[in-house]
Amino acid sequence: MEPILSVEDLSVRISGLHILQGVSFAVAPTGVTVLLGRNGVGKTTTLRAIVGLTPPAGEVRGTIRMGAQSLLARPTHRLVRGGLGYVPEDRCVFAGLTVAENLRLAERRGTTPAYDKVFALFPELDRRGRQRAGSLSGGQQQMLAIGRVLLNDNRLLLVDEPTKGLAPKVVTEVAEVLERVAESVPVLLVEQNLAVVRRLAKDAVVLAAGKVAWTGDARELLLETALTKSLLGVGSAEVSH
Amino acid sequence: MGTVILLALTGLGLAALYFLVASGLSLVFGLADVLNFAHGLFLGVGAYGTWWAAGNLPGAGPDGFGFVVAVAFGVAAGTLVAVLVELVLIRPLYSRTIEQVLVTVGLSLAGVALLQATWGADARPFPRPDWTRQVTGILGAQVPNGGLLLIIAAVLVLGAILAFLRWTRYGLVIRAGVENREMVTALGIDVRKAFTLVFAIGGAAAALAGALGGVYFGTVSPGQGGSLLIFAFIVVVIGGMGSVVGSAYAAVVVGLVQQFVNYYGTSGLGDICVVGLLAVVLLLRPQGIAGKVATA
Repeated sequence: MEPILSVEDLSVRISGLHILQGVSFAVAPTGVTVLLGRNGVGKTTTLRAIVGLTPPAGEVRGTIRMGAQSLLARPTHRLVRGGLGYVPEDRCVFAGLTVAENLRLAERRGTTPAYDKVFALFPELDRRGRQRAGSLSGGQQQMLAIGRVLLNDNRLLLVDEPTKGLAPKVVTEVAEVLERVAESVPVLLVEQNLAVVRRLAKDAVVLAAGKVAWTGDARELLLETALTKSLLGVGSAEVSH
Repeated sequence: MGTVILLALTGLGLAALYFLVASGLSLVFGLADVLNFAHGLFLGVGAYGTWWAAGNLPGAGPDGFGFVVAVAFGVAAGTLVAVLVELVLIRPLYSRTIEQVLVTVGLSLAGVALLQATWGADARPFPRPDWTRQVTGILGAQVPNGGLLLIIAAVLVLGAILAFLRWTRYGLVIRAGVENREMVTALGIDVRKAFTLVFAIGGAAAALAGALGGVYFGTVSPGQGGSLLIFAFIVVVIGGMGSVVGSAYAAVVVGLVQQFVNYYGTSGLGDICVVGLLAVVLLLRPQGIAGKVATA
């Protein structure tokens, strides 16, 4: 199967730091591909480069393609309108706006927003429509951040650490939602929680020091305790939970 | 008692003038991170546009409906200049702060020089309706109608901007963009259109301040915009970058402090007190009264 996204020889420099150094990988057209690595190896930088959010002072080189379309040098809003959904690290909901306003902002002219789908996945967003997003819990904010993206049709979702800082029960809820979402749209996921990775991911790409250190089947990776320890810095106990 | 009422209302008139300049400045900085030193130019264009139209534009004049037409022309001219400045000079320089400052400072100086070269450096009498030269008795104080007109205009502009921010799609985009511009683009929205819009709104409000400031002061001069801009910046910082409501509160505080201290102290002491107030706010609450939120 042709990949939905192919990244070739991607290099990113920001403020003199060579963060990504020739990263190449592909994202399958179905299921979840997870981007793994220790802190600071360039996972978030990779997602931001794909969606065109590298800071203006940064320099991006290489090739990024979604299908036959080149993504580099295209403005972010056009990439997103073209079907690239992005859920950033730390949610980034608009704290001063209500839940309903956060969702309304994501509506696109000429399309019918899929409120039914979003409220079926997150009934709480419907009930809390008039509440300021800043007063929601971390889990509710994450649901809003994901719900905002799911209002529109997407060809690929980029999701950055959706379970970061969440309570275990909420982590399970978010993982369940992503599992259901991934049935209809491919997902490139950055995730540190290996239990979530085990549950969701089909393929894995591991970054180390700004380069691709390993690619392959995610479950195979998690079975190789020595490998996960050397690449991710975690032991067998963390892998198994 | 009459003196206090008079000082309070003339202080509010001054506050209205500051608010009209500061509201756009605050929105532009809050959304686009542009410190626009050329904002005073929009005020100058509005003032001179109104002054020119009252004497030359068919249908316009210094009184009655003709004055409304003259003000509308001045506001339209200020808005047009603001939009052109954003599209031609600012847009290529987003995220390049130093270049923005240099360009807007240069533009403000060039704008004043252009007005001077065209109409001279001296202040010129401003055409205004007769009733604005008169006074209205309020609780024993004889308050100039020009000041009352400014207060009414500022309240209407504040209401219009808040309604726009609260009830329209672009208002929603601006409020969100003030919080996190990058995330707005990540939702598929071309935030540059909102930048142009806030420049247009800010330009229109500043041009209205120019036209009504001419009525308030009775004259128009090339440097008027620059001197008002200094206090508008103080209002924006005290009120909180990006907050229209914060700008309104801060404008009232600055206008009243200036007026009362200048009257009961010595002339000019009010200006020093305002700068002192700015220093206190920066030390104790650097985000200003309302912080970086486009309040609706």
